[in-house]
Amino acid sequence: MIGTVKGTEVAPRIVYCRCAYARVVPADVKDAVLESLSESGVDFDAVPDLCEMSARKDARLKRIAEESSVTILACYPRAVRWLFSAAGAKLDSNRARILNMREEPADTIVREILPASEDGP
Amino acid sequence: MKGGLDLPVLRVALYEGRGAVPLEAGERFELVRALLDKGYRVTRISSGGATTGCDGNTLAVLGRFEDEQPERARDGDTEVYFRNIKGLSTDEVTELVGAIRREGDLHEPGSWKPWFPVIDFDRCTNCMQCLSFCLFDVYGVSKDGKIQVQYEDNCKTDCPACSRVCPDVAILFPKYRHGPIHGGEVNNEDLRREAMKVDISALLGGDIYQALRDRSAKAKSRFSKERDEERALKERKKCLSKLQKDLDIPAEVFASLPTLVEIQEKARTAQERALAAMQPGGDS
Repeated sequence: MIGTVKGTEVAPRIVYCRCAYARVVPADVKDAVLESLSESGVDFDAVPDLCEMSARKDARLKRIAEESSVTILACYPRAVRWLFSAAGAKLDSNRARILNMREEPADTIVREILPASEDGP
Repeated sequence: MKGGLDLPVLRVALYEGRGAVPLEAGERFELVRALLDKGYRVTRISSGGATTGCDGNTLAVLGRFEDEQPERARDGDTEVYFRNIKGLSTDEVTELVGAIRREGDLHEPGSWKPWFPVIDFDRCTNCMQCLSFCLFDVYGVSKDGKIQVQYEDNCKTDCPACSRVCPDVAILFPKYRHGPIHGGEVNNEDLRREAMKVDISALLGGDIYQALRDRSAKAKSRFSKERDEERALKERKKCLSKLQKDLDIPAEVFASLPTLVEIQEKARTAQERALAAMQPGGDS
């Protein structure tokens, strides 16, 4: 069971943004988070760049925003929120959680998305 | 569109559910990372995991399948390619995906760095300064008279100038180095600092383009009077380098500026559109 959003019991869908076309998200954080996701065995969506999806008004942003519970691993929440909005996809703060890989260390993010890993063997 | 934004994209599903042998964790990480860095979207799917639709794009399903799969199938309006990646290295798999993209004449990832303004409508007051300021027709006005980013791929890479003239710190560039333009929360110190930067236009006489025109005219006049080409050029460079530094505009953007006549025409048109949009009941 992975983390939940604001008390919901549904395992949130995880969306990981690689920010592949810029060097603003520390590479070691991006790699460590992706590595933990890969090791965890959970299903996830990984996108090269949410900005690019926003620019193309990608319909999948709307689908992500409509999820009952979603955790987005990307950059500043204000930026992510308005990127979605620009593509006509409003993120509901009760259902969507945004974690900032530009500011937060990898282990903090991993703890947030994979709390079960804290339990140890 | 310059960024190929109108072309369909190729999505990749890494299938590790029933009927396929799961990858080792390290292999999964290497493969997903390599595909992402090549610009492909990847969904990892295991048994019982949520699968996602493809919205009419093309889907490449990769897996270590135990049984033979069709090379190609159709699911509604989605073209689906199946590829068995058993025994293939990460490089071989990414090459396989690249071949599918080329075969389908799909969007080439990485052909455009997604750099463009994003408007924070919690802060935007619809003052239209960005519309008047941008020389590259990135902004437009919606039918209901609201400012909007209409042509993202017209934006000049790494140029955040419009965000520096926004009086409300309402324009973000998520890939910018510094806050609050990168999307960090706006605090009072940011507001004060940005307000000082906005004052650049006041320092230059209230209208940056007018200031540029005036400087240009002065330089021309000086040149004609003194026949001092070098001095006129120096003056112009000084003015441009101040703007470049204060607004953090890349030199390449200055190199691609429209001509003075075009700038005047664009400024006039933009002002007309902005004024029309700000009239009660006005639109584009």
